[in-house]
Amino acid sequence: MATARKEPQSKYTTDRGIPGAFEGETVTRRRFMTLTAHGAGATAAAAFTLPALGFAVGSALFDRPPVRWEAVGKLEDFPDDSYIPKVITMTTGIGDVGKTTVYMRARNDDIDQPPNPPGYDEQVVAVSTRCMHLGCPVRYVQASERFICPCHGGVYDFQGKVVGGPPVRPLDRFYTRVRNGNVEVGPRYSVNSELKRFDSYRDPAQPLDGIGQYLYPPRLSTTKQ
Amino acid sequence: MKLPKPPLPPALLPRPKRPGEPRQRPLEQAKEAGIASIDWIDERTALSGGGRWLMFRKVPKGTNWFYTLGSATMFAFLNQAVTGVFLAMYYDPSPTRAYESARYITNDVFLGEFVRGMHKWGSTMMVILIFLHMARTFFFGAYKYPRELNWVIGVVLLILTFVMSLTGYLLPFDQRSYWATIVAANITASGPLAGPYLGDFLRGGAEFGATTLSRFYAIHMLLVPGLIAALIGAHLYLVARLGTTAPPWLKPTEPEKLTQERV
Repeated sequence: MATARKEPQSKYTTDRGIPGAFEGETVTRRRFMTLTAHGAGATAAAAFTLPALGFAVGSALFDRPPVRWEAVGKLEDFPDDSYIPKVITMTTGIGDVGKTTVYMRARNDDIDQPPNPPGYDEQVVAVSTRCMHLGCPVRYVQASERFICPCHGGVYDFQGKVVGGPPVRPLDRFYTRVRNGNVEVGPRYSVNSELKRFDSYRDPAQPLDGIGQYLYPPRLSTTKQ
Repeated sequence: MKLPKPPLPPALLPRPKRPGEPRQRPLEQAKEAGIASIDWIDERTALSGGGRWLMFRKVPKGTNWFYTLGSATMFAFLNQAVTGVFLAMYYDPSPTRAYESARYITNDVFLGEFVRGMHKWGSTMMVILIFLHMARTFFFGAYKYPRELNWVIGVVLLILTFVMSLTGYLLPFDQRSYWATIVAANITASGPLAGPYLGDFLRGGAEFGATTLSRFYAIHMLLVPGLIAALIGAHLYLVARLGTTAPPWLKPTEPEKLTQERV
């Protein structure tokens, strides 16, 4: 025997004959209590999850380290046909781990492009040792005038442009300035294959030509001039 | 549902009392006390039913040594957990102290080199065993219905094992650890759009900084081991619930009784 189809319930609790219902009430008390309990649980969980997540992510993504300028020598110390290695501190307070080697030479008008923007004071070129394949340390070999990476065979020419191996863009550089006759090294910046400057430096393995500069957006965690 | 009784060998079955032996001997008293205390717990938790459900399962014909690879992986994990807890008592995850404390464990602590070696080689063993276990599951077709979810959990466990390997690699803090981590963070950052931010999250900033090591340490010893332990629990629950598969070379046969009835 087929049972008769149930009448669709009215949305008003008064029509459904629920004791204690009042005019215009649509949410039953059972339903209200269920939602309240679930809501309270969700609020309690969010109360510790969200701060913990923000704590883990926030400073890693949004803290911009201060700009540091480190004196590395006199202007006349640097030739324009060879690189001098200098050790600078990237992160303070963690000993040798926070240091990195920078290859430096005087500006050579025959091979270096005119300063960009014009009038920008760049008398010394500072090239980073961080390989643009995956970040191993490159070394400069004067005999071949090449930067060579020991990990996967990346090779760069005298200006730091890629001439072989897997790197995706030229070696990073550092801002330099001369103060009271002292050459100072400042924040890192990245360049694309035309040596165009990107202030918010990118990690290795991120090409900056063509679509690459949009696929690898600038970050808020990098030092900025 | 009535659960089957554990198949105890005859020597362990309780013997009926002999007549004319009224006094309990000390051994019997101890036995009584043990049974009574276990009964006390069981009456309040009903754990014995679950225990029997987990331990005394029907196992298909043809079960062989390949079926022990999952347990072997779990024991490799337990070895990592135990040795890791004790290594943490001597290790110091600060960039200036980490290498020195690892050297201290190896050279100065009693059995330090042995326990550190167990942790180091145990990690390699765990990766090898988890792969063999996965291969067994694949070649025996044990990932098929209704065990797909267990395969998925297993893959998550595999990935978490890799995360453990990656984060643990930095902790000795020698040249190899340092540059391997630089490379790993840069590989992470090479993903388009989200990559740069993931790299920042892993390092705790744009550069390898003061908190990168402690970050890796916290992930290595707090975050991932908890996840792995919980997922191993789920993995084992599903194994107990669904049972294991027979090896693929075993063809299903009808019970003899049915064949006789048909004739």
